[in-house]
Amino acid sequence: MAEIGERLYLRRRVKNALAMTLAFAAAVFGLFWLAWILWTTISKGVAAMNLDLFTMMTPPPDARGGLLNAFFGSAVISLLGIALGTPVGIAAGTWLAEYAHHRRLGQVIRFVNDILLSAPSIVLGLFVYTIVVLPSGGFSALAGAIALAFIALPVIVRTTDEMLRLVPAQMREAALSLGVPQWKVTLQVLMRSARPGIVTGVLLALARISGETAPLLFTAYSNQFWSTDLTGPMANVPMVVFQYAMSPYESWNALAWAGAFMVAIFVLLLSTLARAVLLRKKVMHE
Amino acid sequence: MSAAIIPLPRRVAVDEVQARRDARADFAFRSVLACAALLVLAALVGAALSMAWGGREAFATFGPGFLTSSNWDVGAREFGALVPIYGTVVSASIAMLIAVPVSFGIAVFLTEVCPPWLRAWVGGAIELLAGIPSIIYGMWGLFVLAPFLSEYAFPWFDEKLGPWPAIGALFRGPPLGIGMGTAGLVLAVMVIPFIASVMREVFLTVPQRLKESAYALGSTTWEVVWDVVLPYTRSAVVGGIFLGLGRALGETMAVTFVIGNAYSLSPSLLEPGTSIASTIANEFGEALDPLHRSSLLALALVLFLLTFVVLALAKYMLMKLRQREGK
Repeated sequence: MAEIGERLYLRRRVKNALAMTLAFAAAVFGLFWLAWILWTTISKGVAAMNLDLFTMMTPPPDARGGLLNAFFGSAVISLLGIALGTPVGIAAGTWLAEYAHHRRLGQVIRFVNDILLSAPSIVLGLFVYTIVVLPSGGFSALAGAIALAFIALPVIVRTTDEMLRLVPAQMREAALSLGVPQWKVTLQVLMRSARPGIVTGVLLALARISGETAPLLFTAYSNQFWSTDLTGPMANVPMVVFQYAMSPYESWNALAWAGAFMVAIFVLLLSTLARAVLLRKKVMHE
Repeated sequence: MSAAIIPLPRRVAVDEVQARRDARADFAFRSVLACAALLVLAALVGAALSMAWGGREAFATFGPGFLTSSNWDVGAREFGALVPIYGTVVSASIAMLIAVPVSFGIAVFLTEVCPPWLRAWVGGAIELLAGIPSIIYGMWGLFVLAPFLSEYAFPWFDEKLGPWPAIGALFRGPPLGIGMGTAGLVLAVMVIPFIASVMREVFLTVPQRLKESAYALGSTTWEVVWDVVLPYTRSAVVGGIFLGLGRALGETMAVTFVIGNAYSLSPSLLEPGTSIASTIANEFGEALDPLHRSSLLALALVLFLLTFVVLALAKYMLMKLRQREGK
């Protein structure tokens, strides 16, 4: 009897050890890909790094050149996208948190927003193509910005909604009991309290859209030259990286890696910054 | 009005004006916010409608056969969606086969095994993987992973597993390095961080008391995970998996680089194929023929509906856990 118990005990222990080893192996497996991808991006990106990258325009194959026009275009399109998406996103998130907590329409919109958060970005690109590019007659930086705004929107809505709901109800009640109208309570009391969280959401949204390629394929397209015209196609880093990486020319491939490296650095810095903003708030509150 | 009969003190009148102004401002404020919220709804509905409208010509021309025909010939103006749909579903399924067990392992490791000082680092690193733009996954897949696979892995598969009956068909083919299997692997690497972080979050919602009771009865860590944590979080875990599946189905850039973009229906994982998103990415810019363009939009509608169903299920499953928590 005791022997059977011991054997059972041993079997359970072995099973446990095996499962935990596999869990450990899974974590190593995940980190292995991360290390491999980061290493590739860094080694190939740094190898292609030089001053021309920031001072010259996108070149024809096998010629000297850089990505200056693409960097500029990306900055314009992404900032315009976030500028369009932020006010709408914050407003919609505020409505969800403050005015629609238990309303059916609120639940529907929250649900739709979560779907939009993971919806294929190429579909949103095609949507903007249909409603902006077709009526206006051609690819434009503005259309690209609108497509990116649709990507940023659900991220901002979600964080605003969540952050406002974290604000203690006492704060709302205290302000309302002083006779402050609700719009003023929302803007001057609740927003102030939720601001670090909302800023984090906006930064994360910016990080997300600055690496997006699929929504720009049929909206901003690309441009080989310097352009500041919002109504025409404009070069941007993701599109140039895509085109140059798919090309057979080695000089273009190298430029693609340099561009990818810069995008990766930017995105990772931005998301680190976003987390730091939120962390500082936590430290301040504790 | 009553003010004419019983004169109100001046102060009250001012208050009333003020109150009315506040009410008006409140109403305006609320309306503006509601409009913004409705825009979110309009974005999703508008996207679906614009795809359906744009794809009407393809649906009218090919009927339901559009979904079952495997013929995609731009020159002959014949368009059938079966090959891209097959590629989308198969590459996403391969990704799930790899990603689900690995993500589960990572989540278990992070919540039960990992020493606390290491937890933040490993967790942060996995989240980092989620933040990398998809185009970088694609480039890495094309320039690094594909040559590696074609050199070392695929010839071995072809030689050792190819002759097997039944499953051998999965592993026969030229060692190109790009194809359905490579796309699945890259997608797996992309969705692992998503699924792992959802699983980790839901594992953390299990009440400590429940786990400690099981430990007090002498359970091993594995038994606690399998018999306590997993039953408690089952629906949310499935929700997390569906969330990852939704991402994998709709991913464009990473797949376009490595799937090979060939219209062929083959059971082999080594053969190139195509997915809905990569077909659109490759052809829409050059589609001048209205029927071709319409077919691509119809394809986009199929992708949209597919991901919508998967994501809606994910959301529903995740909500069930929250309801149990009483939130």
